[in-house]
Amino acid sequence: MLTFAIISALKVTVVIIAVLTGCAYATWLERKLVGRFQHRIGPNMAGPFGLLQPIADGIKLIFKEDIVPDNAERITYALAPIVMFIPALLSYAVVPFGDQVTLFGYRIDMVISDLNIGILFIFAVTSLGVYGIVLAGWSSGSKYSLLGGIRSSAQMLSYEVAYGLSIIGVLVIAGTLSLKELVAQQEHFFDWFIFRQPVGFVLYAICAVAETNRAPFDLAEAESELVAGYHTEYSSLRFAMFFIGEYANMIAVSSVATTIFLGGWHGPFLPPVVWFSIKVFFFMSVYIWLRATLPRLRYDQLMNFGWKILFPLALLNVMLTALVFRF
Amino acid sequence: MIDVIRTIFIAFPKGFYTTLKHLFIKPVTIQYPRVKKPMAPRYRGLHYLEIYEDGTERCVCCGLCAAACPADAIYMEGAEKEKSERYAKIYEINLLRCIFCGFCEEACPEEAIFLGHEYEFSNDNRDSFIFTKEQMLANRPVKEKPFKRIIRRVRRIF
Repeated sequence: MLTFAIISALKVTVVIIAVLTGCAYATWLERKLVGRFQHRIGPNMAGPFGLLQPIADGIKLIFKEDIVPDNAERITYALAPIVMFIPALLSYAVVPFGDQVTLFGYRIDMVISDLNIGILFIFAVTSLGVYGIVLAGWSSGSKYSLLGGIRSSAQMLSYEVAYGLSIIGVLVIAGTLSLKELVAQQEHFFDWFIFRQPVGFVLYAICAVAETNRAPFDLAEAESELVAGYHTEYSSLRFAMFFIGEYANMIAVSSVATTIFLGGWHGPFLPPVVWFSIKVFFFMSVYIWLRATLPRLRYDQLMNFGWKILFPLALLNVMLTALVFRF
Repeated sequence: MIDVIRTIFIAFPKGFYTTLKHLFIKPVTIQYPRVKKPMAPRYRGLHYLEIYEDGTERCVCCGLCAAACPADAIYMEGAEKEKSERYAKIYEINLLRCIFCGFCEEACPEEAIFLGHEYEFSNDNRDSFIFTKEQMLANRPVKEKPFKRIIRRVRRIF
């Protein structure tokens, strides 16, 4: 029992440190890549290739003044960044990063906790993140924040449906909700669910971008219309929490996509964790590529796209999969 | 429906291909304080006063540059040497007033004042922007032969 507690605590620590470092360097990667997309160099002054830039940014944010607007709802205002930040980290609890390893005589699963309803847990937890955005928008006492919050809630509602439906096809085929077993079923390259559920994968990818409020679905923070949307009034560490939360969400969604569709940690030659990181890195790059390519959708376009294209497609996909699987 | 299909299967890949192509183009950034772009030959920067090859100043303090100056930035006081040669005792340009139009350069009958390529002369107090004669003499570019330089500048042959 004690060893279980110690091992779990260690695993949690390692995962949190890895995720936060990943978030920091995801910002670096994004700035570097977007820079290159725009013929710029991106950060290159702090350390070699600007690699110390995230640390410099962190130090800067810590020393900034923490501002609370006069007509803000103080308690909710303080709570919102945490509500955004915690669920983003929680979803890593069930993602398997690698195979079972033996360390000092203990057999350790490379997953914090192998819930048998892992996917449900992830979907429940990631959709909690929107409360942070809505609360932040509502409690800031600023019209821009409010608009951002409202947009975000409407967007989440519309895309949550297709998001949930997009993976049902996989679940129908796999017959399990545990991420570990899902990965186990994708051991060979052509068993990856991306080949068995291509429509589901595309739907998942699109909805995931919308779920994490990233371009081209970044209506909630639309800097050209709403200043910065829901986090306009935030500064200092609270802003940093929103920022880390966003990137943690991105990495979480990429990890889930890797686990469900791209065979998780399976891959030849390299260790499982490395393969997992490579696949997540690929997803993050696509995220940034999307941001560099597509303009932001208008509000009604977003709604039309969500309800009239994605939702029927997802339903159709589920029904077809079910029919094919049944007969 | 046709529109949607065209968007998804033609427009989207085209757009993504375009941005991907630009990812591999060399950045146009110039790392400014470390790397400096060569200025255009006709660039009008900080002024300098030209001298004859024997080292005497060309300026005779006729005041035409000050008269031509639309911003009224030039202040000069003349004096005479023993052989009744005029020279500028005081020649000051207020760089905060100067609009770098180059009229002084055009007005000068002795081909004495020119606008060089120097553009880094920011400072933190107003007094430092009074550009004196000594500074202008010291500001001459040293790379080319003086005569060639003058011809190039005044005739605007590039």
